[in-house]
Amino acid sequence: MNSEKKNIKKLIITQSLELDCGKIIKDFPLAYETYGTLNKNKNNAILVFHALTGDQFCANINPITKREGWWTTVVGPEKAFDTNKYFVICANVIGGCMGSYGPTEINPEINKLFGTTFPVITIRDMVRAQRYLLDHLGIKKLLAVTGGSMGGMQVLQFAALYPDMSHSAIPIACSASHSAQNIALNELGRQAIMADPNWKKENSSPDKGLAVARMAAHITYLSKKGLQEKFGRKLQDKGSLKFSFDADFQIESYLRYQGSTFVDRFDANSYLYITRAMDYFDLEKQFKGNLSLAFKNTKSKFCVISFSSDWLYPTIENKEIVIALNACGANVGFVEIDSDKGHDSFLLNVPEFLKTLREFINSTYSEINK
Amino acid sequence: MKKEFEVISKIIKNNKRVLDVGCGDGVLMEYLKNNQQNDVRGLEPQKKLVQKSIAKGLSVIEGDAEKELSQFPKKSFDYVVLSQTLQAFLNPEEVLNQLLRIGKQTIVTIPNFGYWKVRLHLLLKGTMPVTKNLPNEWHNTPNLHMCTILDFVNFCEEKKIKIDKSFCLTDETTSKITKNNIFFKNIFSQLGIFLIE
Repeated sequence: MNSEKKNIKKLIITQSLELDCGKIIKDFPLAYETYGTLNKNKNNAILVFHALTGDQFCANINPITKREGWWTTVVGPEKAFDTNKYFVICANVIGGCMGSYGPTEINPEINKLFGTTFPVITIRDMVRAQRYLLDHLGIKKLLAVTGGSMGGMQVLQFAALYPDMSHSAIPIACSASHSAQNIALNELGRQAIMADPNWKKENSSPDKGLAVARMAAHITYLSKKGLQEKFGRKLQDKGSLKFSFDADFQIESYLRYQGSTFVDRFDANSYLYITRAMDYFDLEKQFKGNLSLAFKNTKSKFCVISFSSDWLYPTIENKEIVIALNACGANVGFVEIDSDKGHDSFLLNVPEFLKTLREFINSTYSEINK
Repeated sequence: MKKEFEVISKIIKNNKRVLDVGCGDGVLMEYLKNNQQNDVRGLEPQKKLVQKSIAKGLSVIEGDAEKELSQFPKKSFDYVVLSQTLQAFLNPEEVLNQLLRIGKQTIVTIPNFGYWKVRLHLLLKGTMPVTKNLPNEWHNTPNLHMCTILDFVNFCEEKKIKIDKSFCLTDETTSKITKNNIFFKNIFSQLGIFLIE
């Protein structure tokens, strides 16, 4: 896997960026991927922000993992974001582990991997770093910024930082400030990693801890109904209970599989840093307790989308964003999509959702070209 | 576009901010946006209809007017439109207060329960009236608080709501409602259209 990582497209950002923690970084890499072609007017670009465990490979086959990109339901030829028509950009967030400045990169000061010497970063830091990529690509104004979950948080942060840099903004299944429940769930994952004796040990990684973190998180991405329908109490390759702690139930086996495949593609320290960034996200606090001030100057047309069975970023939290946008007279539409698939709905084939994305982006594009 | 929307769009001046409450599939919003350069927003409880509007590039929020209107700031729209829905709310008076708070002016239309065919239906048949404008049966109607044109005018007077303009509609014909003709209009009109503040 590592040899192929050398072929990842990277922009070395030479400007200095002062992180929220106070540290100033410079000459750092930002790994990115693009799909489709930027048109002459440079007005067909969509910036996609990825979620906690995503990366820049949102479409086609991920060349590193050899699996499908994480948003192939949405991005690709003839898809909702049709790459025959639009130019889709996606960057690995800083703190990530797919080539961007993060814990798996070399810390030049000690000439070793950063690991836990990496600075604590924020959603705001991630977004500000990606802003340089737009300059590099020569894009002054995007057609849309979009993303689900942590990607949605970046959308909101982008809109607050750069009110005139995107025609539209599509925050999906997210929140303007991370809830106590979500901080708690992230802390559970972090503690699982930190409890693993291999954590912080040289030449080893806390795979067990990271797998448990992923298992716990994975449950939160689904819904009770979805789990019940898919797994119920079905047994895994056996006719009866075995009176042991092996994976008797299909759901156990499924979660174990999710955990074990996750550690092959993700770094435990990245998991710590990115979940921390999510927990620190509080756009309301950034604007002195008044969320609508975050959007006071926004020129973007918003389409906020939530899912009925999402209990991680429930509709009510998405609606707070809508209320704040309305309070400052911003241009906003909102729809809750019916789905049993929980928070994960934004990644899956949910026809009404995909239709909404497709039609919103197409109508926005034809409006700016009128 | 139906006649009612034609009348409403003529009341609304160009380049103004409009909130369409219960905007349906966004027909009126689309017309206002494309022909009168109005800056329009919509509120609609039915998902399917919200999705239809978003597909047309309209900014519509999924939500129930009885819960959602309080989020909009005072006088944040030049016009707020409520077409044939006032009677379907649990608390129409509260909704009306919200509309008047949000809009500099508010356009309300009401299906007239005083229309002669409605009166005759109840009088002769002895069953709850079912007409073109009121197509539902008593058991499945969303209309909880039916009123007549006269009821609405009396209500505005009592609550000190100023009626700037009032029209009535029968089939495709529009006419003005005045103090002198209201008794007759209340019998011969299917719909009342009011610009209030």
